[in-house]
Amino acid sequence: MDGFGGMTSKYLNVTIERGSDAESVQQAFEVPAYENQTVLDVVSWVQQNADPTLSYRFACRVGMCGSCAMMVNGVPRWTCRTHISKVLEGNSVTIGPLRNLPVIKDLVVDMDPFFDKWIAAEGMHHSGLTREDSIVPVDEENAARVAANAGIECINCAVCYAACDTVAGNPEYLGPAALLRAWTLLNDVKDEGRDTILNAVSANGGCHSCHSMGSCTAYCPNELDPMSAIAGLKRETAKSFFKRVP
Amino acid sequence: MLGLRLYLLQRITALLMAPLVLGHLAMMIYAVQGGLSAAEILGRTQGSVFWFLFYGTFVVAVSVHGALGIRAVAHEWTGLKGGALETVVWGAGLGLFALGARAVWAVTFA
Repeated sequence: MDGFGGMTSKYLNVTIERGSDAESVQQAFEVPAYENQTVLDVVSWVQQNADPTLSYRFACRVGMCGSCAMMVNGVPRWTCRTHISKVLEGNSVTIGPLRNLPVIKDLVVDMDPFFDKWIAAEGMHHSGLTREDSIVPVDEENAARVAANAGIECINCAVCYAACDTVAGNPEYLGPAALLRAWTLLNDVKDEGRDTILNAVSANGGCHSCHSMGSCTAYCPNELDPMSAIAGLKRETAKSFFKRVP
Repeated sequence: MLGLRLYLLQRITALLMAPLVLGHLAMMIYAVQGGLSAAEILGRTQGSVFWFLFYGTFVVAVSVHGALGIRAVAHEWTGLKGGALETVVWGAGLGLFALGARAVWAVTFA
């Protein structure tokens, strides 16, 4: 059966890590192999045909919503856009909950720490205008705008957060996604929170905790570059520090 | 594990060390050309303000830089924090400084 893109059997050996943070077990399933099948399709098949108590999260199925990220053979991936044939080891695959986040049940993690850190990094709009003011013109050619545009397609899937070894070692670290958003806002002409952002990312657990290992950039499914964004934050915070020194 | 100030301190000490390391390596290669003896080294370094400042700066930079590196490693690998972490960091920094400063003093002014 070579029409299955390297798959040699009609069935896939799927191992799913189930349970909660406190108690986790591995459970094996045999899932029918199809020619076109994503990792999310495999998980859905298990839930719909083998064990309806399996918990997992997804919404859009087209790589836009950022809900379905899981560890696939130990690697964080967006499961709806990952073809199973690309990740099979032999005829087997192991699927688990995202790393670096508390497990609620089975493949569902608690995303609160991830989004709390977006807020802690000031990853929100800072407006100084009112509805009476005219809209600030955006120059698409401007270097800062180009830097902002490079990072705005983040879908909050937390793949980078799960990939980051600094997050694993330092629970206070804000992580790549939150810092990437801080960087895009810092470069956004419509955002007026420059000092607020620079202070937020300079605090304990901020951009200076990053060791530039680059897993965020290597694993981002949208091919964004949080590592370079964090390097940008390091430069800007350093510049602003020396400007403040009389 | 490093805030902005400690981060800058680690980068600045790295900037200081880069030329000092090169100078140190060049000096070693030059100094061993005619054989190496304690008398030859001491003859060059004893009473020399230049070598005192060169290696004195080096020792201070190494102590700060190394201690800050250990700070990040200790926190991320062992989970140390608070007073225990500060104790380890200051212990490492002061220990490195004591070892280095003793050697610098011994070859220049002792």
